[in-house]
Amino acid sequence: MTSVYEPWEAARGAEIISEHSKVEGATLVILHALQEAFGYVPEEALPMIAAELNLSRAEIYGVFTFYHDFRAKPAGRHVLKLCRAEACQAAGGDALAARAEAKLGVSLGSTTPDERVTLEPIYCLGLCATAPSAMLDGRLIGRLDEARIDALISEAQR
Amino acid sequence: MSLRLFVSCDAAALSVGADEVAQALQATAGRRGLAIEIVRNGSRGMCWLEPLIEVATPKGRIAFGPVTVADVPSLLDAVIDGKPHKLGLGPTEEIPWLKRQTRLTFARCGVTDPLSLEDYRAHGGYKGLQRALTLAPDGIIAEVMTSGLRGRGGAGFPTAIKWKTVAQAQADRKFIVCNADEGDSGTFADRMLMEGDPYLLIEGMTIAGIAVGATKGYIYCRSEYPHAIATLTKAIAIARRAGLLGDKVAFDLEVRSGAGAYVCGEETSLLESLEGRRGLVRAKPPLPAHHGLFGKPTVVNNVLSLAAIPFILNEGAKAYADFGMGRSRGTMPVQLAGNVKFGGLFETAFGITLGELVDDVGGGTFTGRPVRAVQVGGPLGAYFPRALFDTPFDYEAFAARDGLIGHGGIVVFDDTVDMAKQARFAMEFCGIESCGKCTPCRIGSTRGAETIDKIRRGEQVAANIALVEDLCGTMKLGSLCALGGFTPYPVMSALKHFREDFRPQQPRLQAAE
Repeated sequence: MTSVYEPWEAARGAEIISEHSKVEGATLVILHALQEAFGYVPEEALPMIAAELNLSRAEIYGVFTFYHDFRAKPAGRHVLKLCRAEACQAAGGDALAARAEAKLGVSLGSTTPDERVTLEPIYCLGLCATAPSAMLDGRLIGRLDEARIDALISEAQR
Repeated sequence: MSLRLFVSCDAAALSVGADEVAQALQATAGRRGLAIEIVRNGSRGMCWLEPLIEVATPKGRIAFGPVTVADVPSLLDAVIDGKPHKLGLGPTEEIPWLKRQTRLTFARCGVTDPLSLEDYRAHGGYKGLQRALTLAPDGIIAEVMTSGLRGRGGAGFPTAIKWKTVAQAQADRKFIVCNADEGDSGTFADRMLMEGDPYLLIEGMTIAGIAVGATKGYIYCRSEYPHAIATLTKAIAIARRAGLLGDKVAFDLEVRSGAGAYVCGEETSLLESLEGRRGLVRAKPPLPAHHGLFGKPTVVNNVLSLAAIPFILNEGAKAYADFGMGRSRGTMPVQLAGNVKFGGLFETAFGITLGELVDDVGGGTFTGRPVRAVQVGGPLGAYFPRALFDTPFDYEAFAARDGLIGHGGIVVFDDTVDMAKQARFAMEFCGIESCGKCTPCRIGSTRGAETIDKIRRGEQVAANIALVEDLCGTMKLGSLCALGGFTPYPVMSALKHFREDFRPQQPRLQAAE
């Protein structure tokens, strides 16, 4: 299942920002909401958030860049996150991550040139007793082995 | 009468196909004209048996697992004919792995439908709050004090002392913040509880609110746990409709999602993040209990600490304190993870030894190779060799051996592990996740990874090991929070117990230059 995002439109962005601007400590809430709608947080949105919350643009930019979750540009059509933390390492995750990189021809943290797949590391999905684990477009997959990771990659490449 | 079946909706179960199994059950039953009801319960914590199917019988539930879609037809046949099945495990409660446990906090998890308030109440839910309402705030805090409950997030600070400090503070607003930023690899107890028994956390937070005079609570849950966030959000809405949150009880809750920053599990960094800022660690003092969220007195407790409260109030402090050893009272939900045969959540009284947990409960590795090292307490916890397997699970006993129990996660490694690589990863991870506020953590982690690389390349090994040790001392003593301060634990323990790994890597082919 591919996530379907709206194309960025400033008016729609402004609507989302104002919808969440009244909660206390709204910055992260707004950034999450924008990313959920558009798949990323367009640079244009940052000064809009700053204006709405009466904060400096630098402050918002600082928050945006601090957190690993927020994207400055859209991800590939599919996002495959591989858990790279200790429990998955102990269960053979290193070799599987290398295999995924080789098959996709990109390293963790990048998107394939055809923009189909973004491959990312994630530090712990909390599936440490069914390790190694991964997440493909929000779907969780545990007990990964070579066959399962190959299947996930072909699914993502389709 | 329709057949009642239970298939877990826990993320670990979903990750190995629980949804597909539930769908297959429904479809197969439909084709056979069989009336069935599938309850999506939380997880019993026996992750190696997931997807686990339970069938309600007059004699209690019987279990089957791990079930695949292909097993479903034969399994339904066996259930209907009352015949044995190759995946049959007998009565769930009699499975030794479950029976050996002392489930106080996780008593309901895996038994009930997580979002059913009726289920929650039928299994003792909201009795703790009922009793709390008969006590004055002081009485609640006294009860928590007597229970000996210590912060389950890792620091082990007495929960009641935090509460007392906030209760005594004067302010127009106070907050309860639940730290659900369970970022430690090898830990998933918070996730399992939020997905499997969310009302328990809601009840615990409500009691905390009454005890300290807070009217608003936040659950800061990491974004890597979308299922937990969804379940909590639904549970809060249901509780609000039932008058268990909101104006009627003068306490309300909100879930906030983190955004992938490990350091936000540190309480002051978490507060910054909740306030909508970069998750930079704050220097302490002032303590969050005095000057916390939005500058107001704030209790920041881990999920498991808050979830222990209803039992303590309902059954009494003594019932809780009767379990455990030394100053570690009550139970700890231990999480067995990584390369372990029988992985999952095992709640037990403090005092069980590490060896019992890894070998007897965990059954060793799933690769069948010897256990060489275990990391206890997440990425900031020490690596212990077999020689330390007699260490009892207890805050002080682990500290005495330069380790920590942290959030109770145990990651098992077999003999193929390269401990210099693990030590390097600890430094690298600290570098990736450092908030950047203090120098030992921000710079030390990067220099540490580089220096371990030099050791692995065989460059001035002895001198560079001494340098790493010195750097660890600086990070431990000079960092603002546990990220930089505890990264030395995995590094130093690897150096101490697995020194043989810190040498040039296996002879490689000579490079033809």
